Amino acid sequence: MDNMTLTLKLWRQKNANSKGAFETHTLAGVSEHMSFLEMLDVLNEQIINEGKEPFAFEHDCREGICGTCSLMINGYAHGPQQGTTTCQLHMRHFNDGDTVTIEPWRSQAFPVVKDLVVNRDAFDRIIQAGGYVSINTGQAQDGNAIAIEKEQAAGAFDAATCIGCGACVAACPNASAMLFTAAKVSHLAQLPQGEVEAAKRAQKMVAQHDQEGFGRCSNITACEAECPKGISVAHIARLNREYISASLGSETQVN
Amino acid sequence: MVNWFSRFITSSIGQKIIMSLTGLFLITFLLVHLIGNLQLMSSDGGQSFNEYAYFMTHNPLIKTVSYGLYAFILLHAIQGIVLWRRNSSARGSVGYAVKKDRVAGDNSRVSSVYMGALGTVILIFILIHMYQFWLQMKLGNTEMITYGDGEPVKDLYTLVSAAYDNVLFVVFYVVSMIFIAFHLWHGFQSAFQTLGLNHPKWTPLIKTVGKIYSVAVPVGFAAIPIYMHFFQ
Repeated sequence: MDNMTLTLKLWRQKNANSKGAFETHTLAGVSEHMSFLEMLDVLNEQIINEGKEPFAFEHDCREGICGTCSLMINGYAHGPQQGTTTCQLHMRHFNDGDTVTIEPWRSQAFPVVKDLVVNRDAFDRIIQAGGYVSINTGQAQDGNAIAIEKEQAAGAFDAATCIGCGACVAACPNASAMLFTAAKVSHLAQLPQGEVEAAKRAQKMVAQHDQEGFGRCSNITACEAECPKGISVAHIARLNREYISASLGSETQVN
Repeated sequence: MVNWFSRFITSSIGQKIIMSLTGLFLITFLLVHLIGNLQLMSSDGGQSFNEYAYFMTHNPLIKTVSYGLYAFILLHAIQGIVLWRRNSSARGSVGYAVKKDRVAGDNSRVSSVYMGALGTVILIFILIHMYQFWLQMKLGNTEMITYGDGEPVKDLYTLVSAAYDNVLFVVFYVVSMIFIAFHLWHGFQSAFQTLGLNHPKWTPLIKTVGKIYSVAVPVGFAAIPIYMHFFQ
């Protein structure tokens, strides 16, 4: 079908300090082959032609791997389709005459910058707190010098698929970023390179998570359900184990 | 003083560990409480229950544990309220116009999302329940009864039995058990997840035991007022 007509309710907000409100637009001629973001491009073109200001929304790779797009669509982070980012959601999942409500991620720690764009710097600061391994660069190491069991490497990879989009926070009734923090900690904790700084990492990243004003995880698992990469809450359990042993068992103290 | 332990216990994970450990203690208590109270259904006119109640209120070990129980109920409730307030403020001042809560796997949406609300209802239930039986017993508003050559004991059985003559109290207790069942349905397995005890071999077992427990224990409790009202 090439001619769906949709009623779109989009969040309009000038900046972080102003009060936002919904704006309703009707968009005709929506093709089922369009991605959700392409549909928004067409809407913005229509709005520009009317001499008005287009909606600001974030996007980059449009391939589902960068984690930039971030929309709450009809109450679902990245839309009702599970396991996809907004850019990989296609209009064939919608019907002619549908009303689609499009909102920014909402959380104390993700303030709205403009319209549908939120500031996700809090995630960067959690990474900066310890989501890395310190290695002296130099000659590249021999590929198979450090043996890692297949299952363990796969587990680390599963966690590493986190693209940091923030859907977990957006979907969580507690606005907790535990799945994000857990994915980053779990990714490195399962690898020998990450083990070196594991005790410091878990403590610092959790402390930063709390300081950013995210909520506390209550194991609702809405994060896993909405995560475009399907990252399991089992990683949160691993983070908890890492955090308990780092805080109570290791000699490492962080301030 | 900010030291390593207070940093740990006030962190988001530390606060959840308090919920988890106190919750597991209360889960264990429920089973002990149920087994003891099943004696209310024995047809000996309340002798076994009254003697059991006397033992439970006079044994020094059990008396000590009971103070721990009061403290843990309070800690679980207070920490829960702190977390609830913290989490609502983390959601931000502007809420979603449309929000669908979808959960992963076999997790229950209703019991996990409404954990705080369920807990609040249960706290009110506990206050009424303790006022009705525990406080009356402590204040000595119960008749004394002597079995054989033994010491006179408080006749708690008659107190309970009189309460359950009123059908409204029967309904109140049965409905409250439904709230407890929903609270346990999420709480049992969630307590293990918070402690990091998530394991491909053990988690399915924990979840199954949790589901059986969260239905069986409240059903057992609900059976007592129903049985006493209609058959005793």
